[in-house]
Amino acid sequence: MPVLTEELRERIRAEFPNYPNKRAVTLPALHIVHDALRQVSVEAIREVAELLELHPSEIHDTMSFYEFFKDEKHPLGQKRLWVCRSIACMLRGGEELLAETCQRLKVRPGETTEDGKVTLEFAECLGGCEGAPCVLLDDEQHHNMTPEKVEELVSKI
Amino acid sequence: MAQFEPVLTARIHKPDSTSLASCQADGGYQGLKKVLGMAPADVTTLVKDSGLRGRGGAGFPCGLKWTFLPKDHPGPIYLAVNADESEPATFNNRILMEKDPHQLIEGIAIACHAIRSNTAYIYVRYEYGLCYRTLMQAIRECHDAGILGSNVMGTGWTLNIHVHRGAAAYICGEETGLIESLEGKRAWPRIKPPFPAIEGLFRKPTIVNNVETLCCVKQIIDRGGEWFKSIGVPPDPNNPRDAGSYGPKLYCISGHVNKPCCVELPLGVTARQLIDEHGGGVWKGRTAKAVVPGGISMGFLSAAELDTPLDFNGPGKAGCLGLGTAAVTVVDDQTSMMDVLYNCCRFFAHESCGQCTPCREGTSWMKRIVERVREGQGRIEDLDLLMEVAGSMGIIPGTTICGLSDGAAWPVKNAIKKFRPELEEYIRSGRRSVTPGAELMAHH
Repeated sequence: MPVLTEELRERIRAEFPNYPNKRAVTLPALHIVHDALRQVSVEAIREVAELLELHPSEIHDTMSFYEFFKDEKHPLGQKRLWVCRSIACMLRGGEELLAETCQRLKVRPGETTEDGKVTLEFAECLGGCEGAPCVLLDDEQHHNMTPEKVEELVSKI
Repeated sequence: MAQFEPVLTARIHKPDSTSLASCQADGGYQGLKKVLGMAPADVTTLVKDSGLRGRGGAGFPCGLKWTFLPKDHPGPIYLAVNADESEPATFNNRILMEKDPHQLIEGIAIACHAIRSNTAYIYVRYEYGLCYRTLMQAIRECHDAGILGSNVMGTGWTLNIHVHRGAAAYICGEETGLIESLEGKRAWPRIKPPFPAIEGLFRKPTIVNNVETLCCVKQIIDRGGEWFKSIGVPPDPNNPRDAGSYGPKLYCISGHVNKPCCVELPLGVTARQLIDEHGGGVWKGRTAKAVVPGGISMGFLSAAELDTPLDFNGPGKAGCLGLGTAAVTVVDDQTSMMDVLYNCCRFFAHESCGQCTPCREGTSWMKRIVERVREGQGRIEDLDLLMEVAGSMGIIPGTTICGLSDGAAWPVKNAIKKFRPELEEYIRSGRRSVTPGAELMAHH
């Protein structure tokens, strides 16, 4: 059973004209699959490789370099919440925010809440330093965060 | 000096600042129209003569970089826009893309005309989701209006801009790491030469320019090179290699200040002016103990060095690596430099791409040493050991391919050189300052 739907395949193929070769579609394709399936399984890697006319190991090599992409053993929850730990946030309570959020969501960094709604992670500088401490919910920044505000964000998922 | 008027950020507070209509009402794309009637080489000369230096960190003269492209190349030639802004505490490119995408797109189009490119890729870091969507929308508007596509402004010239999303890796901001990543590979920087202008993206001549640099290009076309040169700091007459520090610059102010912000000022403002006049002063009535002048890769200024002008020369004269991204982070007098140092070491250990052994091993060991010190198990000799490791990694000692490792070494070198008594006192006290948050992350 293929894991990539025809819709996902179409979206990947739509990237081809933007680049002079198919290999350059590796990251766009991984993003498309990862966003939709919340993981990139070994089978998904095979299917992406076939579309891109590459060996699966080439896709895997690129994918594993970016710790960003999760494999089938570590699928993401419905949403992904990153708490920034770099200097600008650290100086304004970023680490305390992470520790408190772990406690409130009952997870450790890298884990998903029991209801499958949110995967909590730490991030290096998110580039939202004027609003430190900041978090990223999937790819949307939220500034000047407190544990209460984070909890509110999560409750809306 | 006459009252300074922000230019790069002039439109960011307008409602609807991201729309094409609003941008054109403010004269947007008139510069591109003018440039399309000029010879590409003349545009390059204009930018070269303005004295514009790259805003991404290295400060390389922009127009000069463009002249390195091979003459009469049959093409394709590519422009890769570095929007991977990942240097800690840096967010000026984010603001430019979120609030005024057409300024960047016009800058890209002008640069593409100058370098005879028909294709530009904007490599934007994944964490900037709003930038991605804003740029995509702005590019669509340009296609609909005939500003991009196969007949730019009716001239028959083709220009396409593609937005390519990163995947949360700092190394992709290094220009050849960015190229490798765009090609679909792990972002391992390339050995140079060949430089990208000769052999870059898809093995074709490529110019890599930063977002703010390209926004400056647009302003230079609108206002002229002389305008640009009237702002900032002229070359140091005692330094024949100094190309000057001209033009406006976006400074980011973060950390222990009352009002963290991004502010546009002439190059050469001092760290103290930034903190007191623009950042609302150090928070909680405290004083600044240390200031990062341009992202943590650049090291630290001590309290005695706050009058250092933040132009392309100032931070270097104070022992820092350079101006970097001009992202200023303030550390107050109640914060331990050991904790700040740990944060820097942890960042680089996490972000080293692993290609060169001195960097992969060095960043990891520096983190582990400082980690042990923070657990109360430090030895005074650890400081010398850290200096030894830091001194052995980077382009400067000649042991690595890219400058990530020089940037990883610099905060270590500066902290130990400028704050040694405090660090020694920390070690002697046997204090332990591992936070619960740090502990959780260490076991991840």
